[in-house]
Amino acid sequence: MERTKVNTQIDLSSYKDVWVIGELIEGKIHPVTLELIGEGKKLANDIQKKLKVVVVGDQVKEVADKLLYYGVDKVYYLEHELLKDFNTEAYTRAISNLIKEKKPEIVLIGATSIGRDIGPRIAAQVGTGLTADCTKLDIDEKDGKLLQTRPAFGGNLMATIICPKNRPQMSTVRPGVMSKAQHLASPSGEMEVIKPDLSEADLRVKLVEKISSGKKRVNLIDAKVVVSGGRGLKEASGFELIQQLANALNGEVGSSRAAVDSGWIESSHQVGQTGTTVRPDLYVACGISGAIQHQAGMHESKYIIAINKNPHAPIFEICDYGIVGDLYEVIPAIIESIHEKNFLEI
Amino acid sequence: MRIIVCLKQVPNTNEVRINQETGTLIRDGVPSIMNPDDKNALEEALRIKDEHGAEVIAISMGPQQAKDILKEALAMGADDAVLITDRAFGGSDTWATATVLAAAIEKIGDYDIVFCGRQAIDGDTAQVGPEIAEFLDLPQVTYVNDIKVKNNSLNVSRFTEYGEYIFSVDTPVLLTAIKELNIPRYPTIKGILTAYDDEENVKIFTFNDLDVDPTQIGLKGSPTNVYKSFVPVKDKQSEMIEGTSSKEKAKTLIMKLSELHLV
Repeated sequence: MERTKVNTQIDLSSYKDVWVIGELIEGKIHPVTLELIGEGKKLANDIQKKLKVVVVGDQVKEVADKLLYYGVDKVYYLEHELLKDFNTEAYTRAISNLIKEKKPEIVLIGATSIGRDIGPRIAAQVGTGLTADCTKLDIDEKDGKLLQTRPAFGGNLMATIICPKNRPQMSTVRPGVMSKAQHLASPSGEMEVIKPDLSEADLRVKLVEKISSGKKRVNLIDAKVVVSGGRGLKEASGFELIQQLANALNGEVGSSRAAVDSGWIESSHQVGQTGTTVRPDLYVACGISGAIQHQAGMHESKYIIAINKNPHAPIFEICDYGIVGDLYEVIPAIIESIHEKNFLEI
Repeated sequence: MRIIVCLKQVPNTNEVRINQETGTLIRDGVPSIMNPDDKNALEEALRIKDEHGAEVIAISMGPQQAKDILKEALAMGADDAVLITDRAFGGSDTWATATVLAAAIEKIGDYDIVFCGRQAIDGDTAQVGPEIAEFLDLPQVTYVNDIKVKNNSLNVSRFTEYGEYIFSVDTPVLLTAIKELNIPRYPTIKGILTAYDDEENVKIFTFNDLDVDPTQIGLKGSPTNVYKSFVPVKDKQSEMIEGTSSKEKAKTLIMKLSELHLV
């Protein structure tokens, strides 16, 4: 099989423009797309190139129109009936062919389950490197290359990655990190429709059905407040107390891996490296020591409160406010104080 | 059915601490483990073996110590294990790693499923699986939480932040496992005795055994490089709430949160 190669001494100067690969959920623009446009515009200004957005689907002209209100220079919209639902191979092929033809210098993709599925496949098809889950992007003032920074080991270490000899420089970018582009009063930029050459044979994976689970999904990602319990709860019923505090703070219930592994709570509540990454305004860690794998999923919270019996627990190193004490005494006292405060304000 | 499972040996990040002054990882005494998502992939391969009959081959690229997780895989029930090791592979990024693994999978050949974990806990990239799939021209389903085997076809459930999607795909195929897929078994006593008794039961592939382009592997063949790594500046000061009783501490905390408009 013929496969692409890297480091083949390509002419780097023939690659131009910053691209954002847009994402649609049920026909609507995913917020990460607007975040990537905001960030992409900054990068395009720095290297004095254009910002272009790619959207993929079936009959997406209307969505493409909307993107012109965010100060982009161009929107490519790729239309084909086989692109109606997300499909790894069809999306990869359509986007990769466009990249090979138009040669962008930088390509940004949202680090969603879709972006992380097609990103590496596109990079492998095009023949370039990819940096996963970036939280910061900069242009090197010396030579204009893209500096892609990502957290490692729970954000306690950061690594800046470069892709010096291959183009495009590709990154997936964490949702919720970059600032969204502003919606402008009038549209600008041009549109171009692309009709990719695809056939049924290109879709070896076929969608049978989508299951939307009947019960309410735990929405940790969008929660403003998350109250999490860990090993320090000592038993499953401790989550009743966690739920009461979450109710008092209008938040969602999270947990550490230890609590999930002990069978005290469903894995959909798990915050951390192998669970969900959250960035709420307020994160309350109750009876959680703060292993790196947990910190990875919550250290970017705006304010962190830690309640733990052990004064040397690592969680106290990353919290804003810490209380050393028995959570079975401290949490009821906090709930009471919240109710007292609310009562005084009525 | 023949299933090849890709395993990575990783430091147990639950036990890794950072030396805040020097900005380095404290790896002393930190055990190495089989990457958790990879273990789910192995478990699913073994479950398919139990229910439908299959040959399960565990492979790992890494230093000699990575033999440990391959022995563990044999003890859990894998039929064969291959360590892919060579100085020439050192410093590989995901591209170069996928290049080597794809070549090893080709050499083993005649596979129906290539199974990887979604991502490794030391790098979190989730890239090696899809890159192998592209290099081998295989269809892929990532984030897999359920598999139903129907002859040469699979019904695979993909579990994402948007919901669950059921896909149908013919073998050969590459799948990546998430922890919701299953609960990995423990090795049996008999399995441990057989796996650890035989010194020679882990096969070795080196650079010379593989049909791999030397310009696409190792540090030099990697398109991405680490430019620098650093400890982020800690911009927050931790404040411990003092007080003689839980009630007093709670009141102080709520006062502070109230000033920040958080309650």
